[in-house]
Amino acid sequence: MTQTYLNNDRLRLFVRYLVLTLIAAIFIFPLVFMVMSSLKPSQQLLIDSGSLRAFLPVGDISFDNYAAAFRRAPVGLFVANSLLITGVTVIASLFLCSLAGFSIAILNWRGKAFVLSAILATLTVPFETIAVPLLLMSSKLPWIGMEGLELGWLNTYRVQIIPFIADGLTIFLFVQYFRDIPKDLVEAARAEGASWWQVYSKVLMPLAGPIIATAAILKFLVMYNQYLWPLMVVQEEGYRPVLVGLQYFFQLNTAWGEVMAYLSMITVPVLVFYLFLQRAFIASIASTGVKG
Amino acid sequence: MATKTSLTQSNISGWGFALPAFALMVTFIILPFFFALWFSLTNQRLISPNPAKFIGLTNYTELLSVGTILLEPERDAQGDIVRTDDGDIKYPRLRNFTRKNPDYPAIQGMQEWFSWQTGPNNEFKRVILAKDVVFMRALKNTFVFVLVVAPLQAGLALGLALLINQKLRGINIYRAIYFMPVVVSIVVVAFLWRLIYDGNNGLLNNLLGAMSFGWFEPVDWLGQTSTAMGSIIAMSIWQAVGFHMVIWLSGLQTISPTLYEAADLEGASKWQTFRYVTWPGLRNTAVLVLIVITMQAFGLFAQVDVMTNGGPLDSTQTIVFQAIERGYGKQDISGGSAISVLLFLIVLSISLLQRYLTRERHS
Repeated sequence: MTQTYLNNDRLRLFVRYLVLTLIAAIFIFPLVFMVMSSLKPSQQLLIDSGSLRAFLPVGDISFDNYAAAFRRAPVGLFVANSLLITGVTVIASLFLCSLAGFSIAILNWRGKAFVLSAILATLTVPFETIAVPLLLMSSKLPWIGMEGLELGWLNTYRVQIIPFIADGLTIFLFVQYFRDIPKDLVEAARAEGASWWQVYSKVLMPLAGPIIATAAILKFLVMYNQYLWPLMVVQEEGYRPVLVGLQYFFQLNTAWGEVMAYLSMITVPVLVFYLFLQRAFIASIASTGVKG
Repeated sequence: MATKTSLTQSNISGWGFALPAFALMVTFIILPFFFALWFSLTNQRLISPNPAKFIGLTNYTELLSVGTILLEPERDAQGDIVRTDDGDIKYPRLRNFTRKNPDYPAIQGMQEWFSWQTGPNNEFKRVILAKDVVFMRALKNTFVFVLVVAPLQAGLALGLALLINQKLRGINIYRAIYFMPVVVSIVVVAFLWRLIYDGNNGLLNNLLGAMSFGWFEPVDWLGQTSTAMGSIIAMSIWQAVGFHMVIWLSGLQTISPTLYEAADLEGASKWQTFRYVTWPGLRNTAVLVLIVITMQAFGLFAQVDVMTNGGPLDSTQTIVFQAIERGYGKQDISGGSAISVLLFLIVLSISLLQRYLTRERHS
């Protein structure tokens, strides 16, 4: 009796893992295919895609595609652009949105209710619906640069950074977090004569580690994966981010090996980053669920 | 209470801290939104020597006007129906009615959207016309996409969440893998799947061929009208389902374990436990998941831009793709803005509807 019972249990466990693994294969196969293909000559890549060899590092393996990708397009420039745009936006966003979140959660001021409801209302406006008017606005916005006043933000870094610094979700995440922090902390600091700026920077921000990580990850994913907006506002190579740079690889004869090498270069670092910070990534997505 | 408010009362600091972020949001989200409303009522172009003029709702009527006409078959002198060599009934040409025909003022400038046979012996042909047939197709395709993706993706995500919520060794590894596509840009994913769907050497064709021992005929998944949208739908679900799995998962974890223990003690079956413990506890999560998926699905753009460019034969045109093609591609800011406003109205009314349908029913 016990023996069959045990076997049954084992069988069940085995079936469970089998199901989990089969599903995992569905989610992972295109990514494995991408990385393996990036190591193969285009000719072999297409032949291999007819069999399981597509997922294995077999045959004529080399990093030639990577070298060729660098020859075809200014890959370093695109990566540097993306990192610059993403980095500046994330840092500026964390600073300004946490400041606004602090102000809304902790301070009382006239007009706060209106500002908060305006911020929450923006959550119902998808970016796609404002992209077209924002394009026209961006072509006419003023800027004070090296040569004095200039008009037009097209083909710049700023047009890819400044519109994305402040957003409703990031502010809202900070508001919620600061609201849950015991008021005694704030009151004690104020009693000792701390200014509001000191309360923010010395008392609350040091406690905000988890929500900073969450907001940073969400912003990073949005910014690094920007496509529609840079496609519209950046025609000059010098300011292009990685995804728009993909266009270089689709000319008359698509060299699929090089495409795969480029895709791997811009994707694998993010995946490695994700696997290291897996818990934080998943927690940050889960926290967007709070807004309902 | 009075001391507490006065303690945190600070108009200057309050505004000062909130203003930088709020001013950015006003400039780059709220203002463009109102500009979209305004531009949609003008003939604004990106670059134009003439100042924009107010033209009322013309942009909207250009997009949305539909009409209908009943075509009678052509008859010869004896009154018999004229047929083509293939045996099809011959009808008068549509352009006789829609071009410079004062007898039919309502359908001037329109084109055929779709039609069907009707009347006795199916002799007549009912034709539905639209001023902007491409936009109508985009509208229809987007709704099909949303109506298929929302329930399917929400359901699959719930299934995965239940699967991953088991207490098994190494379950975190599976969770990490299921979530992986979410981290990858949809643009990268779309390029990869273009190769998977390829009509000649695509992985999918090869896989199906191998599984059916060669019986399966290769399909050009993205190249024919019957499969293009379905292919985009499958890929979109593959990419985003992990996102919603995580939201379901956080909902599952808010359900108190004591409820499960109670159900266990009562001898409830697995299905009963799900039906009476799990599902009621997931109500709010369900609303959220549906709203988020719907809003994301209405924004369908990158997949289409990378994989099909709206084709073949407009079968993958979408609302956002049209908005961008006009507003940016054709520099027709007003037309693009009108489409954007329509999209906003659709998204808003659907999220209101979803909230209403899934509202808490207090007895």
